Amino acid sequence: MYKPNDLILRTTTSVIAFILLGFAVYLLLAGHNSPGGGFVGGLMTASAIVLMYMSYGMEAVKKILPINFRTLIPIGLLIAVSTGIGSFVFNVPFLSHTFGHFTLPILGEVELATAMLFDMGVYVTVLGVTMTIILTIANDR
Amino acid sequence: MSNLAVLPIIIPLISGIILAFFHNKVGISRWLSKIFILINLGVASYIAWIVFNNGALILETGGWEAPYGIILVADPLAVTLVLTTNIIATACAFYAPYSMDVKQETHYFYAFFFLLIAGVSGAFITGDLFNLYVFFEVLLMASYALIVLGGGKVQLRESIKYVLINLFSSVLFVTAIAFLYSVVGTVNMAQIAERVQDVDQKGVLTTIAVLLFFVFATKAALFPLYYWMPKSYVVPNPVISALFGALLTKVGVYSILRVFSLIFIYKLDLTHHAFIWIAGLSMIFGIIGALSTSNIKLIIAYNIVPAIGFIMMGIGVFNQDAISGSIYYLVHDMIIKCALFLLVGAVAYVAGTSDLRKFSGLIHYYPLLGWLLFVSAFVLAGIPPFSGFIGKLLLLKGSLSANEVAIVILALLSSLLILYSIMKIFINGFWGEKDESLITEKKSTKGLVGPIVFLLAFSVILGLGAEFIYPSIESISTYLLDPEVYMESVLKE
Repeated sequence: MYKPNDLILRTTTSVIAFILLGFAVYLLLAGHNSPGGGFVGGLMTASAIVLMYMSYGMEAVKKILPINFRTLIPIGLLIAVSTGIGSFVFNVPFLSHTFGHFTLPILGEVELATAMLFDMGVYVTVLGVTMTIILTIANDR
Repeated sequence: MSNLAVLPIIIPLISGIILAFFHNKVGISRWLSKIFILINLGVASYIAWIVFNNGALILETGGWEAPYGIILVADPLAVTLVLTTNIIATACAFYAPYSMDVKQETHYFYAFFFLLIAGVSGAFITGDLFNLYVFFEVLLMASYALIVLGGGKVQLRESIKYVLINLFSSVLFVTAIAFLYSVVGTVNMAQIAERVQDVDQKGVLTTIAVLLFFVFATKAALFPLYYWMPKSYVVPNPVISALFGALLTKVGVYSILRVFSLIFIYKLDLTHHAFIWIAGLSMIFGIIGALSTSNIKLIIAYNIVPAIGFIMMGIGVFNQDAISGSIYYLVHDMIIKCALFLLVGAVAYVAGTSDLRKFSGLIHYYPLLGWLLFVSAFVLAGIPPFSGFIGKLLLLKGSLSANEVAIVILALLSSLLILYSIMKIFINGFWGEKDESLITEKKSTKGLVGPIVFLLAFSVILGLGAEFIYPSIESISTYLLDPEVYMESVLKE
């Protein structure tokens, strides 16, 4: 039986996938002040995972990432909507966002905005949608 | 600031998200969907009550002032339609468990159902043209999923046409908004209206108005652009057909009503006069379609086209009586179309076929279904005690006072033919000899009749209680004919 030897692909993937994931997190966090944001961050994460699927195969990746990507979609939507719902609690117009300056260990003083939570929702939804589409088509029987 | 205005959008949205988690547990989904839709109906009625007593609710989302942020405007017209939408959705949520397969329900039916309601409510409430486009896409995405749910061969064929035509018109919608933005420099409807008024709707704006009309006419299935609609509305499950028939085309006609009563009102002889012609042609061609077929579901689907024609006739004539008639007819038609789709769904289920030539004598076994169909035919055609009458009367009165005699005659004739097309189902399907094959397998209509009676009760109330309802409809049309009120309430000058 013909068995391809994809040693180079697998070795480079294990390096590149982590660079991609790190870049995705950077894009997600940088969205407020420079190009980036939840949408492109989610797509970048999905592309890292797809790269792993391509080089290691279905079973191996399922073992290390036991996530049902389809449930990520409603989870992400719930995160995004609840940042809007928060405005009901504080009695301000729907979707009002706020920010504050906090001093964190190591990082020092950072500006944290609730718009980030909305972006997290977008990120999770985009990741879920992209992975669901790709895996559904790839698993076609 | 009032967060109430966003509730009719946000409650179905959250319900849809929560139901997506429980998609595998049919029992829980059914209970949750009924509870959520009743909460939403209650909230919508409360908001309608507040708006009719205290005036429009304006919500500047995120606290950004009027022309800069997204504005949600729950004015009397919008809340009336949101309330009607929720009444229809309640009937459909209670009908669905008896009509859907468990397999269809587990494939996210309830999640898409609530997303559709969220999209429709959002399209009614928004005060921003680009947001209207976004909500159109929300409801269309949900409808794409619902139309193929089940994956039958005909469903796949019809959904291709449906998706293609709607994508095409959505592209045109974005293009039209881009043109409008490049001319007036804003997408907020109140500010567009103000700026169009300043330049007295010069040539290029009328062109954009016609382009927008073309987009909405495709969504609303008006005369030259209705060919995609009837077949694609009959292929899914009866509940889904009822939702589509009652809500989707009506969102299109609502957008025409809003845009051509608020923004483009300075070249009436160009745009609105053409509407009367289009309305007349829609009546003729819709009724020809309804008379040409013996598929009971298709008869109802074709009847959507003349109904949209009636509403367009009021928008075209554009005086107090005609606009009141249009609004009355819009509310009436949403309810009765939903009832009729659910009704023919039940008839097709008990008869085992939707071909009118293959069954007769159903009244011997299902008298209640038969008489419900009889009443709803009267409601649809506009026989006096019921709701269709008041709307048509106002439309005819308005058109006569504007000296549009041809459309009045056409409307009366098409009402007669509408009555005939529904009565054909009653005469051929319910009268006649007992069909012996039916008695051996008499099917239970448990759960199917309740929602239909619920909807018909509203039709009867709309007709008999016209004394109580007409003043609020009249106040809506006064409000629509004076766009200054809308502009001032949104822009706060």
